[in-house]
Formats: sequence, structure tokens, C-alpha cells
Amino acid sequence: MSIDVATVAFYVIAITLVGSSLAVVLLRNIVHAALFLAVVFGAAAGIYVLLNAEFIAIVQILIYAGAVTILVLFAIMLTRNAMSQSSSPFSGQTWLAAIIAVALAAGLIFTVGASQMALGAPNSSANLAHAINGGGSVARIGQLLYSPFNYSYVLPFEIASVVLLAAIIGAIVIGRED
Amino acid sequence: MVTLNSFLVLGALVFCIGLFGALSKRNAVAILMSIEIMLNAVNISLVAYASTFQSYAGAGHGERLTGQIFAIFIITVAAAEAAVALAMIIAIYRRRSTIDVGQINLMRW
Repeated sequence: MSIDVATVAFYVIAITLVGSSLAVVLLRNIVHAALFLAVVFGAAAGIYVLLNAEFIAIVQILIYAGAVTILVLFAIMLTRNAMSQSSSPFSGQTWLAAIIAVALAAGLIFTVGASQMALGAPNSSANLAHAINGGGSVARIGQLLYSPFNYSYVLPFEIASVVLLAAIIGAIVIGRED
Repeated sequence: MVTLNSFLVLGALVFCIGLFGALSKRNAVAILMSIEIMLNAVNISLVAYASTFQSYAGAGHGERLTGQIFAIFIITVAAAEAAVALAMIIAIYRRRSTIDVGQINLMRW
């Protein structure tokens, strides 16, 4: 087994990600859970960097670790009541939920391991050479999102802007005090 | 050696941890945090597939980064959904003074 930096980095970031997400769902204090959620978003950005997706990593830090974490913390602050300290944060279906989650995890991991497809690796020689010589993913993502002449996803991009507009208007109207 | 399977197993584990949180928590904001964890796990799997097949240029379309484009759209929609869901939670808290999902059960059969 070759111990190289990419393998060590992957396992460190993966253990951080799994541990932080366990902390989010298991902690009693919801503010601590929200702070560990920020760690989850940061660890996911680390995974994206390992996968040569540096643009997605920066977008993840900007939007998730930046905006969504602050939004969640504001919502926790505005909805603080006596429920948060006294009673258990879990409902009556905790054991059933745990059984379902473990069964689904076992099924997914078995499917991944038993797959007959001959898949490559993100760090195979062809993919690494392509990533090193390709000059980064930002230009290619720009072509794929905006190009009017080549094959691109410009129509879903424009529709996503309408989705964001609808979300802004909806959040303002729903959260209005009247 | 870190293969595609490692990233997929990681995505599956984080998704199931988020699923456990979404099914078993009582605080509505905690359920929303678990849903965000699930969306991040799906993004990890998609970007892992995109980086495994990035050097495959098929059908004249050039290099395919479909997983990364999908991940960008999932991040966009998840941010929009978090904003609307938190606005709803704040509105519910204003009316009922609680966000315990066991007590917001007017439509329960």
C-alpha cells in the first residue's frame, strides 16, 4: 500500500467529514450542531479540491460555509425557546430512523463494492495528466454554463436564476410580519 | 490507493448520517441541517464521478464535467430551499411559539 499525500489527505478529510456530520445529528445543543455543520461544509470543500474540482470547492465555501451557515445560525437565534435545553432533541422514532439509516448505508456500500462496472479512479494516470495539463476546471465550467454555440447548460442556468428570484420573493413574503 | 469507490462510500455514509438526523430530530432547524448534509453527500458523489470521467471526450462534446455542473445547480437550489425553509420556520415560530415538529401536527391523521 502506497502512503502518499493524496491518500493521507483523503482519509483525514473523510474522517473529519464523517465525525462532524455525526456531531451535527447527535449533539444536544443546536448551536454547537450548527458550528459543526460549518465544519462539514469545509470538509466537503476539501474533498472537492482532492477531486480536482477547485471551482466547486470555492463555490461551496462561499455559499454553504458562508451564507447557509449564517442563515441557519440566524434562524436558531430567532427561534430560541425553552425546548432546546431541557428535553431530548430526538423524537420517538430514533431507533427506527437508526435502523433505516444503517440498512440504507449497508445497501449502498454493498452496491458500490459489488459493482461489475470497470470504473477508473479520480487519481488514475490519465485523469491526473488531464487535470495537470488541462489548466483547471474554471474555464471548462464557464464554457459549459454560458456558451451559446457549443454544447452548454445555459438554459438550466437561466432557469436557476428564476428559481433564485422565486426563492427570494417567497422568503420575504413568508417571513413578513403583518 | 484512493479509488472512485472510496468517494462513493464516503458519500453514502454521510448521506445516511444526514438521513438519520432528518428522521429523528425534533427541532425543525436541526432537520434542515440534516437535509443540507444529505445534499452535500450527493454533491460529493456527483463530483467524484465527474473527476473520474473527466478525460473522456465522447460524441464531440469535448471534456465532460457534467457532475460538476450538476453540483453547481444543486448548491444553487439548496441555498434557495434553505432560505424559504427558514422563513417558514420563523413564521411558524411567530404563530405557535414552538418549532417542535411533534407539536406542529394539525394535519396529522
